[in-house]
Amino acid sequence: MNYTMKISSSPHIRDKETTTNIMGTVIVALMPATIYGVYNFGLHAAFVICLTIACCVIFEAAYEKMLGLKNTVKDLSAVLTGLLLALNLPPEVPFWIPVIGSFFAIIVVKQLFGGLGQNFMNPALGARCFLLISFTGRMTTFTYDAVTTATPLANLKAGESVDVFAMFFGATAGTIGETSALALMIGGLFLIVRRVINFRIPAFYIGSFTVFIMIYAIVSGRGVDCSYLLAHLCGGGLMLGAFFMATDYVTSPITPNGKIIFGIFLGLLTFLFRIYGGSAEGVSYAIIIGNLIVPLIERITVPKAFGKGAVKHE
Amino acid sequence: MGLLTFSGGIHPYDGKDLSKDKAICDYFPVGDGVYPLAQHIGAPAKPLVKKGDRVLVGQKIAEAGGFVSANIHSGISGTVKTIESRMTVGGTKVESIIIENDGLFEEVDFSANIKPLDQLYREDVKEIIKEAGIVGMGGAGFPTHVKLSPKNEDAIDTIIVNGAECEPYLTSDYRRMLEVPQKIVTGLQIVINLFDHAKGIIAIEDNKPDAIRILSDLTKDMDNITVNAVKTKYPQGAERQLIKANTGREINSSMLPADAGCIVHNIDTIVAIYNAVIEGRPLFERIVTVTGDAVNDTANFRVRIGTNARELIDAVGGFNIEDPAKIISGGPMMGKALFSLDVPIVKGSSALLCFREDIVSEVTPSNCIRCGRCVEVCPGRVMPNKLADMASHGDLDAFVKCDGMECCECGCCSYVCPAKRHLTQIIAGTRKQILASRKK
Repeated sequence: MNYTMKISSSPHIRDKETTTNIMGTVIVALMPATIYGVYNFGLHAAFVICLTIACCVIFEAAYEKMLGLKNTVKDLSAVLTGLLLALNLPPEVPFWIPVIGSFFAIIVVKQLFGGLGQNFMNPALGARCFLLISFTGRMTTFTYDAVTTATPLANLKAGESVDVFAMFFGATAGTIGETSALALMIGGLFLIVRRVINFRIPAFYIGSFTVFIMIYAIVSGRGVDCSYLLAHLCGGGLMLGAFFMATDYVTSPITPNGKIIFGIFLGLLTFLFRIYGGSAEGVSYAIIIGNLIVPLIERITVPKAFGKGAVKHE
Repeated sequence: MGLLTFSGGIHPYDGKDLSKDKAICDYFPVGDGVYPLAQHIGAPAKPLVKKGDRVLVGQKIAEAGGFVSANIHSGISGTVKTIESRMTVGGTKVESIIIENDGLFEEVDFSANIKPLDQLYREDVKEIIKEAGIVGMGGAGFPTHVKLSPKNEDAIDTIIVNGAECEPYLTSDYRRMLEVPQKIVTGLQIVINLFDHAKGIIAIEDNKPDAIRILSDLTKDMDNITVNAVKTKYPQGAERQLIKANTGREINSSMLPADAGCIVHNIDTIVAIYNAVIEGRPLFERIVTVTGDAVNDTANFRVRIGTNARELIDAVGGFNIEDPAKIISGGPMMGKALFSLDVPIVKGSSALLCFREDIVSEVTPSNCIRCGRCVEVCPGRVMPNKLADMASHGDLDAFVKCDGMECCECGCCSYVCPAKRHLTQIIAGTRKQILASRKK
């Protein structure tokens, strides 16, 4: 009896982890921040989130249909991009902002450069920065409890006092997903424990940022001011950026040492932008600029191959 | 101190429970014996018999075609039917001696070959090993007598017996360690005594505590042999990784273990050395694990080289499914998928692994998401994703420059890739192409 046997090159087994699983896990990890954002800002935030995700998925599917490419909506990457973009938008944005943002993220940043895995910067952040530059007013108007208000970071920059506890739990003004440091840290730790992301980027990003802020606080005569430091750590997009945006596989270094350099570089840029920049926030710009130097970081951090330079044992 | 290990590696489902409690049992073939003349690294052997000759079990039927080559002995008694090319496990046709089995298993007189160990010079021992046609039985098939003749014999200080058996599903080495530990220890002593400064290490993964215990007990009064528990992790048994774990020394692809002062032997090879030197029996049998979810039963057979693979499947009660998806000679990580069941067991066949389903043909590769898992698990510390890109762009210079030739084709990168890219296949194909062009 002859069997029709399948032939392939080794290995003949595969791990269960798939691209879709990974994207799904990141989406799950973002749920605490998402749910808290809706709780904090109300139903309009939920509308913005759903609209952004829907737009991203539709743009991805439409583009691939138009060009006769394989539909990749099932890998959930467009859903994740939509969710991340929405979490980076102010809760009261008019509906056309998510539409334009999604178009920029999916079509311009992602698909025009070759789709999943080929984009040179984080699509959600690229879109956010595009929107920030194009529609500065709309993107920097934050309402909280129906009152237009400044974000805690802006207050901090203006020299006013801020409520660090509220910032840690998230009951402040800001973009939909960035306000609750606690919810973001829960999600981030979940990703590290599930081994979806490596601790290096968030640890060295937050760690180096802490060091720079402390040095600045001491040099500028503020002294060792823990509440100032905590306000910087919990405020703005740092937690969202460090755990979910800087760790984006496609736009961060693949090498272990590269991740460390990348994290420190982001910490430095964020520090510079926040302290010396025109705006109170600096995470988004820091990460997209960091994205641009990733190829250079990778080039200088190629791991040494096993046995390279080994000498004969005599 | 932590367990001895290396950096990288993976932890796949090991499947060893299927066959690890099956004691080794003899399988006597009923069909013809097929002896490919090239079943080792180096020059093919030259046939010593012709059509119509009667041969006995253990009779040399082909002799080494050069220094890097190996003799071949018959595992059955019978009549030489013909010498023609036959399909082998790799799917290629190889010139083979076909022997019609008379079912008598009449042996040559092995006792004539036995000499007391204390009357043998080192060169005599090497000659016996060479004469017995022993090659590395882990799969590569490098002639053992060549391994035992390094350029600088004084530099050899460590003989490592590879009892890691890190490939999932395989249990043949494990059974050997449980059932004939004395042969392993004596075989190792024979090899150690070939060198002035050598000590022995038996390296066993810590998922085989009973094997570690038995061999530790047996060697506790020997100063020159230690039993090392190494971390259970694929590819712990890869030669370079095993040397690193046990001695801390690293070698690259252009070096030999001897350059790190080491010689590494598979468990089955060490037993073959024992059989040849102590019992006068040349290499004509080996242990083959028959396992997987597509067979009715599993077994660890002592099989005559040359036995048809189909016979072994029948011996465990055949398939439990009408159409098994994939039959692999060897383990699931580095084994070869069979084109046909009508291939002979050769010196390097460690297992027949039968799967009801084949995951590889069900997955569709998609874009690399640069997650870095392949880089993390690569024991060669190269960047598989980049190498695969260079390979598919045909940029061979960049491939070599980025240490593509250091890849040991262990398969870890393909295993972990969430985008299901066939990284190992792409890289291995390119390595082959480059090696072939270098030979020209």
